[in-house]
Amino acid sequence: MDLIANQISHRFGDLAVLDDISFAVSSGEVVAIVGPSGCGKSTLLSILGGLLQPTSGAPELRGAPSADSLNPLTFVFQDFALLPWATVEENVEFPLLHTQLSAAQRRALVEDALRRTGLTDFRRTYPKQLSGGMRQRVGISRALAVKPAILLMDEPLSALDSQTRELLMEDFVRLLADGGMGAVYVTHNLEEAARLADRIVVLSRRPGRIREVVAVPMTRAERGEIAARERLLALQNQIWSLIRNEAIDAEREVQHA
Amino acid sequence: MLDRAPDISAGNETTRRVRFRGAGFVPASSRFGGWIALGLVIAIWQAAGSSGFINPLFLPAPSAILRAIYELAMSGALWQHLSASILRIGVGWVLGTAAGVAVGFAIGLSRLARSVGITFISALFPIPKIALLPLLILWLGIGEEPKIATIALGVFFSTAISVYSGVDAVPRNLIRMAQSFNVPFATIVRKVVWPGALPAILAGFRITASVALLLVVSAEMIGAQYGIGAFVLQAGNLMQTDQLLAGVVILSVFGLVVGKVINLLETRLLHWR
Repeated sequence: MDLIANQISHRFGDLAVLDDISFAVSSGEVVAIVGPSGCGKSTLLSILGGLLQPTSGAPELRGAPSADSLNPLTFVFQDFALLPWATVEENVEFPLLHTQLSAAQRRALVEDALRRTGLTDFRRTYPKQLSGGMRQRVGISRALAVKPAILLMDEPLSALDSQTRELLMEDFVRLLADGGMGAVYVTHNLEEAARLADRIVVLSRRPGRIREVVAVPMTRAERGEIAARERLLALQNQIWSLIRNEAIDAEREVQHA
Repeated sequence: MLDRAPDISAGNETTRRVRFRGAGFVPASSRFGGWIALGLVIAIWQAAGSSGFINPLFLPAPSAILRAIYELAMSGALWQHLSASILRIGVGWVLGTAAGVAVGFAIGLSRLARSVGITFISALFPIPKIALLPLLILWLGIGEEPKIATIALGVFFSTAISVYSGVDAVPRNLIRMAQSFNVPFATIVRKVVWPGALPAILAGFRITASVALLLVVSAEMIGAQYGIGAFVLQAGNLMQTDQLLAGVVILSVFGLVVGKVINLLETRLLHWR
């Protein structure tokens, strides 16, 4: 299944946020979206996932997801969006409750998702008892439970400290290597983009336009090796040079706002 | 070299300790402090009454009040008055709460209900509900109905406001999350909005319980033969201040019990906080 951004533009009142964004993501492919603060990255993701109506253009799907996919486009949120009154297990089961699945089928899916994210021993704990990293693992586990074709990840690591971020990035690499799942990965962190993405869509300052699409010419497994570090750094520098001046302008604009 | 701690005795200058400046502003209440203070006040009150320092007509001693409560209980009058009040509060509170929760959710979830409902509630909420009792007597006759309706009205407005405020306070990101999984509207209301609004709803119960108590006493003072409000008024008219204060103590205990029940509900239902 492919997710296509077809000439998407968006305005909030008089404020133009996105301008004529077009690209496609296929299952099995990870596309990162980077750009200066306020360039509309998260807005674009909300539009792609059907949570926000664009002013013009549309998100489109091509082809069918795998038969067992219960929610082809599935979000992983920056703030985790966990139900604080529900245990880890109940949070992961939440998106399955309204489906036609039997209790046994739901249990099996929850078990599998908890196992893949290392949460089996934490199933009865509440979100407030967990660290930020573990909370995001619950968010990822919940997303995996519905067998998504494409994950829509909105700065999933930005609320976490750098060590936890590193550990979760390793988890992402492992999960994305698992099967045909694709992802749109919105981030302001160029290292995350370079480590995880097959292609990096660089947006301009608001209104966000596509400045460049940078391909990452390495497999994700290769990028974990020490030898690849230099090439990844060069890639990050290349992207940073594309957005640096605009990031400075955007920061000044935010400060004056 | 930083492989050892610096020598604190180095040099001729004397050292002085950094003054601690972080005390205060953490008002932790001690477990028994409140009870000890209450006991002390009652003891002083009792001593003042027993020594004749205070005229018992104006302020009877605690022992006299306790005796009055005991006699009330023994004669069966306590239960007669209390059951009348509890029935009015119970029915009025349940009716007002049911309607308030329904209207509060409608305002919290529907644009039409919000635009109509908030206007009406803003206009009617400030009216002291007891002022409507004569009108309600005119509409519903002399009996239990107008008293119950007064309580229900008072409870309704506070409940509706706390419920829609609670619904408004449910984090939008949780609702968006549920929508992103195609969770149907009714399930979102049941599994996200309701538990998310519950803390505000239970906080509202605390307010409506005291509103109901206030209104039942006021309504019974205006027109009732039985009930704690009627009893307190009669005692006042007959200058039986020990009986009067017995009624006040019973109201206080009733309020405390209701508060404890709500605490219990909060512990049970909001254990995740």
